[in-house]
Amino acid sequence: MDPKDGSSTTPVWAEEFSVHAGEDAYVQRRQFTKFLVLTSFGMVAGNGWIWLKALTAKERSEWPQIAVAKVSDVQPGTVRFFAYPAETDPCILVRRISGEFTAFSQKCTHLSCAVYYAAERDRLECPCHEGYFSAADGRVLQGPPPRPLPQVTLEQRGDEVLAVGMSAHGAGE
Amino acid sequence: MAIDAAMLLVVLVLAVQMWLLTATLESYLAGHHGVALPALLSSLALFGVCGLLYRLVLRIDAMKDQSPESQPSSEGPWRIGG
Repeated sequence: MDPKDGSSTTPVWAEEFSVHAGEDAYVQRRQFTKFLVLTSFGMVAGNGWIWLKALTAKERSEWPQIAVAKVSDVQPGTVRFFAYPAETDPCILVRRISGEFTAFSQKCTHLSCAVYYAAERDRLECPCHEGYFSAADGRVLQGPPPRPLPQVTLEQRGDEVLAVGMSAHGAGE
Repeated sequence: MAIDAAMLLVVLVLAVQMWLLTATLESYLAGHHGVALPALLSSLALFGVCGLLYRLVLRIDAMKDQSPESQPSSEGPWRIGG
């Protein structure tokens, strides 16, 4: 029996009793392509979110100044741990064998493992995936880390070492 | 065949978009905020390509659905011949 409104040439029995019932479990190509296009839109949304974050991000104009350690308390080849600029940002103060002070964020730029100072090799090492950073400027020497370690700007006032700022770009910038 | 080719292209474009998103995020985390807008525009362009390919798939499917061979016979599937 044909449908009375003539909107479809498919007989009613073919619509209600499909002989292709077994194929209904499969996804049609158009449905799959639609899903892929929606995923593509998700990627656009992700890029849009990054752009919005970049728009609203402000360069920090004032960094806190905190005393990290006394020069006499930190021997060459040893380290001190501290938090800067916030309590949730672990950092490592390194006194290199040469006597120079440097400080960096302790979070590896690969997967945020805590880096440690290997004095015999004068470098910062990540125990998770063998990423190595220079103790002089935090640049990546080896391994999977994609970016240098953010470097803490230090100032020495008398016998005290103070943290006065931070460079997100890491070495050389 | 044309639909399969269109779907393959969509998958390739999606792979490029995924790379673009991860590269943009890495650059943003490194402090390079200038890449965000060009990356967003590129991603939008790629999404536009996906959309065009999806329309092509729909059009080809619609043409296939309307072809005479795809219409079921009103005599029923159990009628073998005669």
